Amino acid sequence: MSTNDDVVVTGLGATTPLGGDVPSTWEALLAGRSGVRRITDDWITEFPAQLVATLAEDPAEKIDRVRARRLDRSQQVAVVAAEEAWRTSGAADSGVDPERIAVVFGTGIGGALTLLGQDDVLEQKGPKRVSPFTIPMLMPNGPAAAVGLAIGAKAGVHAPVSACASGAEAIRWGLDLIRFNRADIVLVGGAEACVHPLPMAGFAAMRAMSTRNDEPERASRPFDKGRDGFVLAEGAAALVLERGDAARARGATIHARLAGAGATADGYDLVAPHPEGEGAGRAITAALRDAGISATDVGHVNAHATSTPVGDTAEAAAIRSSIGEHVLVTATKSLTGHLLGAAGALESVFTILALRDQIVPATANLDDPDDDAAVQALDIVRREPRKAQLTAAVNDSFGFGGHNIALVFTTA
Amino acid sequence: MSEDIQAGLAEILEEVAGVAPADATPEKSFTEDLDVDSLSMVEIATEVENKFGVAIPDDELANIKTVGDAITYITANRG
Repeated sequence: MSTNDDVVVTGLGATTPLGGDVPSTWEALLAGRSGVRRITDDWITEFPAQLVATLAEDPAEKIDRVRARRLDRSQQVAVVAAEEAWRTSGAADSGVDPERIAVVFGTGIGGALTLLGQDDVLEQKGPKRVSPFTIPMLMPNGPAAAVGLAIGAKAGVHAPVSACASGAEAIRWGLDLIRFNRADIVLVGGAEACVHPLPMAGFAAMRAMSTRNDEPERASRPFDKGRDGFVLAEGAAALVLERGDAARARGATIHARLAGAGATADGYDLVAPHPEGEGAGRAITAALRDAGISATDVGHVNAHATSTPVGDTAEAAAIRSSIGEHVLVTATKSLTGHLLGAAGALESVFTILALRDQIVPATANLDDPDDDAAVQALDIVRREPRKAQLTAAVNDSFGFGGHNIALVFTTA
Repeated sequence: MSEDIQAGLAEILEEVAGVAPADATPEKSFTEDLDVDSLSMVEIATEVENKFGVAIPDDELANIKTVGDAITYITANRG
């Protein structure tokens, strides 16, 4: 193995519906606390799906006021998560040349709140009142750019956009940047903040969202027979990646290795997943091959499992066929809701913490597993977190458009 | 009169660009001294129109270099 292939994770950051940072989010997840609530504002009355998982802490309160007002909420959460990851990695003190520091930060939707808010300004007050910060706040590379400025990255700032796979795609891209020696340290992650009537109406029109409005905390129920869609969430998560030899040389804490990644496209439908999870399974297989480990070594999968009727069974089939039935599966969206373009990054943080702490969080609300053969065959952790001896774990992420990303992490 | 305008402008500068009111004195350059960038200047112009009813066309905005320039322009063009 050349040193460029030994890529490790030295920093973690998150701001989520469960907590304002990684420790509080992880603690809430293991305790089984839900971030989902019902919207009670007047505008929601006619909406079929009225549930959201909004942030536990307002990101604008953690950022200087003037800086915050020039950042879309999707950029604010990106900066908060990225600064936690950067700070905890100690990379700022590593003496690395800024021209060797890169950022890859994805989003699914981008600055939707700015786009919609400034459209209201345009309609009500005219073009001269539209903010000069509208474009830098709404552009989908906005979170990546804001993070790049925050940490002074000059090797490149990139913004993969692949719907709900964006955060995971950013991690894969960061791995490649280090392997190809285009950077020494890469801050990667995903951000999303689009809780607004239009995205809520759009997802509801697709029949993709749960309408279990009377039971907010029980609405996101991946793999359960009674699941009826996802719950929209907001937040961000970030990881610091670097070469293992460099991290060890500077005495950094190594949370896990990023051992490999796989990416495929379904080539099947714009939004519907292949019913057997064909593309998803190929991504997992590709990631394992890339990592040089066998399926039997994988002890844990953090599933994408959004709680939609079709998606969960397709993924169960993919996990079963590409890894097997021995693996401990969890679906953390049952508590966090679906962070769209941040989901893959947040769930990678959870996967890494599962390896670090040797524990698999429980899938909430999995009272009655689906009759689907693959769901029945898999060992999906529910009710309580489960202690386990883990050396390798996989995080799956899929996005509208047929994007599939699988990431393999191994113990440090 | 110009004190009122200076105070109003200082409020705008604090809100838009985080400039401490005590720093918003006539001799200060927006870009050199107060770290106000070009997009923020556009926002300041919008807020000036809201507060004082004085529109600042882009070619005039380009000539406003200091807080004093802005005070002079607003004073001269106020209805």
